[in-house]
Amino acid sequence: MGLKRTVGRIAFALLVLGIVVWAVFPFVWAIVTSLKVGSALFTVEAWPSQPSLANYAAIFREQPFGRNILNSLLAASAVVALSLGLAVLAAYALGRVRFRGRGLLLFVVLGVSMFPQVAVLSGLFELVRWLGLYNRIGSLVLSYLIFTLPFTVWVLTTFMRELPKELEEAAMVDGAGPFVIVTRVFLPLMGPALAATGLLAFIAAWNEFLFALTFTLTDDARTVPVAIALMSGASQYELPWGQIMAASVVVTVPLIGLVLLFQRRIVSGLTAGAVKG
Amino acid sequence: MLVVLAGVAGWPLVRTVFFSFTDATLATLDGFQGVGLDNYLWLMRDPVWWRAVWNTLVFTVVSVGIETALGLGIALILNAHLPGRGLLRAAVLIPWAIPTVVSAQMWGWMFHDLYGVVNAILMGLGLIAEPRAWTADPDLALPVVIAVDVWKSTPFMALLILAALQMLPRDLYEAARVDGVHPVKVFFRITLPLIRPALMVAVLFRTLDALRVFDLMYVLTGNSRSTMSMSVYARQYLIDFQDIGYGSAAATMLVLVLAAATVLAVTLGRVRVDAGR
Repeated sequence: MGLKRTVGRIAFALLVLGIVVWAVFPFVWAIVTSLKVGSALFTVEAWPSQPSLANYAAIFREQPFGRNILNSLLAASAVVALSLGLAVLAAYALGRVRFRGRGLLLFVVLGVSMFPQVAVLSGLFELVRWLGLYNRIGSLVLSYLIFTLPFTVWVLTTFMRELPKELEEAAMVDGAGPFVIVTRVFLPLMGPALAATGLLAFIAAWNEFLFALTFTLTDDARTVPVAIALMSGASQYELPWGQIMAASVVVTVPLIGLVLLFQRRIVSGLTAGAVKG
Repeated sequence: MLVVLAGVAGWPLVRTVFFSFTDATLATLDGFQGVGLDNYLWLMRDPVWWRAVWNTLVFTVVSVGIETALGLGIALILNAHLPGRGLLRAAVLIPWAIPTVVSAQMWGWMFHDLYGVVNAILMGLGLIAEPRAWTADPDLALPVVIAVDVWKSTPFMALLILAALQMLPRDLYEAARVDGVHPVKVFFRITLPLIRPALMVAVLFRTLDALRVFDLMYVLTGNSRSTMSMSVYARQYLIDFQDIGYGSAAATMLVLVLAAATVLAVTLGRVRVDAGR
């Protein structure tokens, strides 16, 4: 029994270790690669013999990567601000006010978040051109709302339903209208939920690829994922793997940091959006 | 909120469906003619389209299947009391936090035919005799795409399942332990039925996500036919070939497939989309 148990424990520990390696190794390898320059890139070694930050310098010097990061930041922040603002009001209506067709409406909102982005591509393309937003960040803000808005509305509605009714009634007795109730009573209580959904919406917008690829044309207007996907070197046949990996690391480190920092909230946000959805 | 949602989602969708019955191209967005069902008839006769449908279905079934099994396993491990559980959960979260484009590039580099670490490791272990062109070989490309998706999306599955596991009532397990029921039986008789609703929702979410997959294939294997998904096919016609009408028809077909999958899942799996509160 004792031996069997020990063997079992060791096997279990190995299994856990395997999972960790499997999850982390590709990212570690990206970091290792990003530190290699010249011919070292094409040798497989666990740690570069002459680690160098040249690739990191190059992406900001040779590519408009700083500009790409700024674009992504602007687009994602604007989308988050807009969708949270709209979603708080919508969540109040959907979560607190009883009206006919509420269930159906919620269902439609959820449905929108699920249909394929490519299905709205041609219609959106027309809209973007008509608004004169082609190759501008505005086109991305507009198109990202399509997936951030349903998600934020859904999660915030779930959250708002769980807030005690007495609060609202007390405010009503004091003569507060719906707008005051939302801004003065609910908003302060919703801080954690807003942070979680905002963060998830931010990540979704930051990672979006199809719309960003389609609605931007020039290097300067690109967002980070498109820039990384289309990064090219001096010649057409030579992909600058070191630079691509450096850019990947630059983009990913803050995301991983955020995710690890807000672990619990993200998990609860995901489950509110999915399990209850 | 509704107005915005209608503007960015409803209207473009309607236009896409409308375009699918016309011969519109990017250049003739102002002057096009209706062509009835011609686009759909052409689509039905295009072997490349059927290849894309097949790829998408294989990708969806295989990757969601593996992700569910692995996710369940990892969730069970994370749910067990073991030292360093927080660290393990953090490690598992990393693939989820990495943007799809970045993970596609990272794996693309690891699977590189000449300098990739995967070839180096496999050859070092003596499993293969010579380097393989993983992403260029038609027989290997789809499995590679699936492997990358499994790496990236299993954490999502694991997190959702873990959330369900942690809500299970403890006393049931106490009772089972007192009665001396075998752990395997406990899992199939108690755990699985109880987390089934959450599991089904997670599977549905991943399935819909997988059916509309775009960026993974686009970055990892480009417009290669051996891995082309329905979204990649539709976008290629919409943007690269500028054939809005035909591409819209393909996109509309994708919406129909997604809708069918949703209806199928909701009726067969009895997924309760609205928690009904």
